[in-house]
Amino acid sequence: MSIRGKIGTDISPCGEGSGVGGSPTADGLGSPPPNLPHKGGGMVARMLGACFTAAFMLALIGSDAVFAQASPTLDTVRKRGLLNCGVNTGLAGFAAPDARGRWVGIDADFCRAVAAAVFGDGDKVRFVPLNAKERFTALQSGEVDLLSRNTTWTMSRDTSLGLNFAGVLFYDGQAFMVRDSQQLTSVEELAGASICVQTGTTNELNLADYFETRGLTYKPVVFERLIEVLAAYQSNRCDAFTTDSSQLVAERTRLADPDNHKILPDLISKEPLGPLVRQGDAVWSNIVRWTLFLLINAEELGITQDNVGEMRTSSNPEIRRIFGEGSTFGRALGLKDDWAVSVIGTVGNYGETFERNLGQGSPLKIERGRNALWTKGGLMYAPPIR
Amino acid sequence: MRTPDFKRWSTASTWKEAAYDPGVRAAVFQVLLALAIAFLAYEIVSNTIENLRKQNIASGFGFLAETAGFDISQTPIPYSSKSTYGAAFLVGLANTLIVAVIGIVIATVLGFAIGIARLSPNWLVAKLALSYVELVRNLPLLLQLLVWYVAVLRTLPAPEEALALPGGGFLDVRGLHLPRLALESGGSLLVVVLALALAGAWWLKRQAAIDREAGRRGPTRAQRVGRVLVIAVPAVALAVAFAASSVTYPVLGRFNHEGGFSIEPEFLALVIGLSTYTAAFIAEIVRAGFQGVPRGQREAAAALGLSRRQALRLVILPQSLRIIIPPLTNQYLNLTKNSSLAVAIGYPDLVSVFSGTVLNQTGQAVEVILITMAVYLAISLATAAFMNWFNMRTSWAER
Repeated sequence: MSIRGKIGTDISPCGEGSGVGGSPTADGLGSPPPNLPHKGGGMVARMLGACFTAAFMLALIGSDAVFAQASPTLDTVRKRGLLNCGVNTGLAGFAAPDARGRWVGIDADFCRAVAAAVFGDGDKVRFVPLNAKERFTALQSGEVDLLSRNTTWTMSRDTSLGLNFAGVLFYDGQAFMVRDSQQLTSVEELAGASICVQTGTTNELNLADYFETRGLTYKPVVFERLIEVLAAYQSNRCDAFTTDSSQLVAERTRLADPDNHKILPDLISKEPLGPLVRQGDAVWSNIVRWTLFLLINAEELGITQDNVGEMRTSSNPEIRRIFGEGSTFGRALGLKDDWAVSVIGTVGNYGETFERNLGQGSPLKIERGRNALWTKGGLMYAPPIR
Repeated sequence: MRTPDFKRWSTASTWKEAAYDPGVRAAVFQVLLALAIAFLAYEIVSNTIENLRKQNIASGFGFLAETAGFDISQTPIPYSSKSTYGAAFLVGLANTLIVAVIGIVIATVLGFAIGIARLSPNWLVAKLALSYVELVRNLPLLLQLLVWYVAVLRTLPAPEEALALPGGGFLDVRGLHLPRLALESGGSLLVVVLALALAGAWWLKRQAAIDREAGRRGPTRAQRVGRVLVIAVPAVALAVAFAASSVTYPVLGRFNHEGGFSIEPEFLALVIGLSTYTAAFIAEIVRAGFQGVPRGQREAAAALGLSRRQALRLVILPQSLRIIIPPLTNQYLNLTKNSSLAVAIGYPDLVSVFSGTVLNQTGQAVEVILITMAVYLAISLATAAFMNWFNMRTSWAER
């Protein structure tokens, strides 16, 4: 017979706000996930804390504050004063430390955007570099609050990992890089080749599917880290290197002789990359999702990092709404009404973030392509903020 | 622990007395400790299950029957991307066992050779062996694996410029490509014949030993015929098999050497790294074992007119095995467990395939890690059990 049984069931009405209350480990870095029941010494304190919180919130219902329901993640992040954001260990254009050790890339900027939404300050982020293998466990266990690590949105990941995707930050597809000397023009010609791929990725699965459906053979050469995959390809351990096309563009620049390699035009899969949060915290999920939608909507409405100040007083009611002029959308998210000003002021709109990190303002020079706005023939389409 | 005197305890007048009984106290505390441990274990398990459920993370072992969907570079048992996660687990396990067994054999042979060389009267040989031991066992294994893989095998030429080996093999950055002997048919028959011949040879040797003990000299006629048979029959069978089989040579295709038998460079690096590293430790164990045999035994062997070789084989080695085998078991276990460093160089062992790829594709960390730990525990306990049995057989009753 366990004590937990009693707490988990009998006293559950007071257990709702778990992360908020007196749990001794609820703050600080590397704390356990706030929505788990803490056991042991802090139990009584936690129960009391949770009950106090509940009582406090009941009292608030009478006042004019329209608070969203409790969000353990938001509360933990606020209490810590930092957003723990899981990013790639180093992928140019997405998340990689620059010469001064500052994380740059579209994934890193998304972390800053969420931090700006929560704190009004995009620098309140602790970047946690994660490899493909660690990423989901890190989010599940609460080591990070947000996983913004070029992760493909798939059904199994969305349903069986206890995680939710918040949207699509980048529409990608899997491609192959080969040596010019091989004189290849399509992926199908790679029959019998050794192909380097990173373990635990959708790329590994797509590769198997692609060759299986065509009845072709290949030799997989699998490594845990992208840098090992690249080193193996560079040393001729394999004939081709496959991963998402944007990553290939970035990795190609790291080769000793980038001009002797080319990326085959075929894309063999859909790779919608997006940020993830833990399942079961709807408020936090809303914050992350609407931060993403805000970036896209801002581009559509012409709000940029530079004009965000003037735009605030724009006569366009749609823009005024976004900035919380005469609206309480920010509060509905559990944030301040001027959250949008902080977000756009910190990272700019989606298009600016893209161009700075991946597009013409970066060494990668990736075309917008299907990542252009829907109004310009792309796939970027966000529900309206109203 | 003193046996508690429960009789005294049963009467109320001696309650206090019993409380001061060291035996009773010890018993009470042990029961309390056992309860605490049981409670802790129960809490850990139930807490894990509940938290997984709360977070909507899939749990249970049903995933083993789902389709894996990824390929593995070295598949000693039939496997394709259409196989299940369970099959992927077996491939990983087989790859681990292959590396462990081959590594153990090579490490043992190499270790014994170097250990004996350490005691060689030849100064140069002894110092070379010493240098090997000191160099290899004092560098981290992971570093050595990376050196073998990245600095040695990665620098081999591309397939087009592969080094040609005598007999039609090739060595390149993609691995070692050897000719393969393909038996058309009757492969199982050949195995049976060879096994029977081995069994026969063992039985004949045993009979000869019994006869020698009994003081009979020279083999009987039946034994002579037997000896001829155990050599001639398998030789003929092998010759027939060779004649009936076809050899396929590796040929450079569009990208790789096709046909023949290919050994991946990851496997080579792992086997070389593990066996040379472990051999250094085994060499020291062997040296210690030999030196642990009393000096008098060596002198007695010399006095009987045995050569150094004979003395080593007949007198020193059998006695030193008693000292050698227990620490040797440890080295075998270490080698098996160290094979999990394969993940650093991309060899598809159990850790790499199962607690790497499968874990990541299914997200069921708890189950996968539990299974992996159970497997390593089982392999290690089985190795230890075998070595203990072998140790019991080789040690003899003290006089």
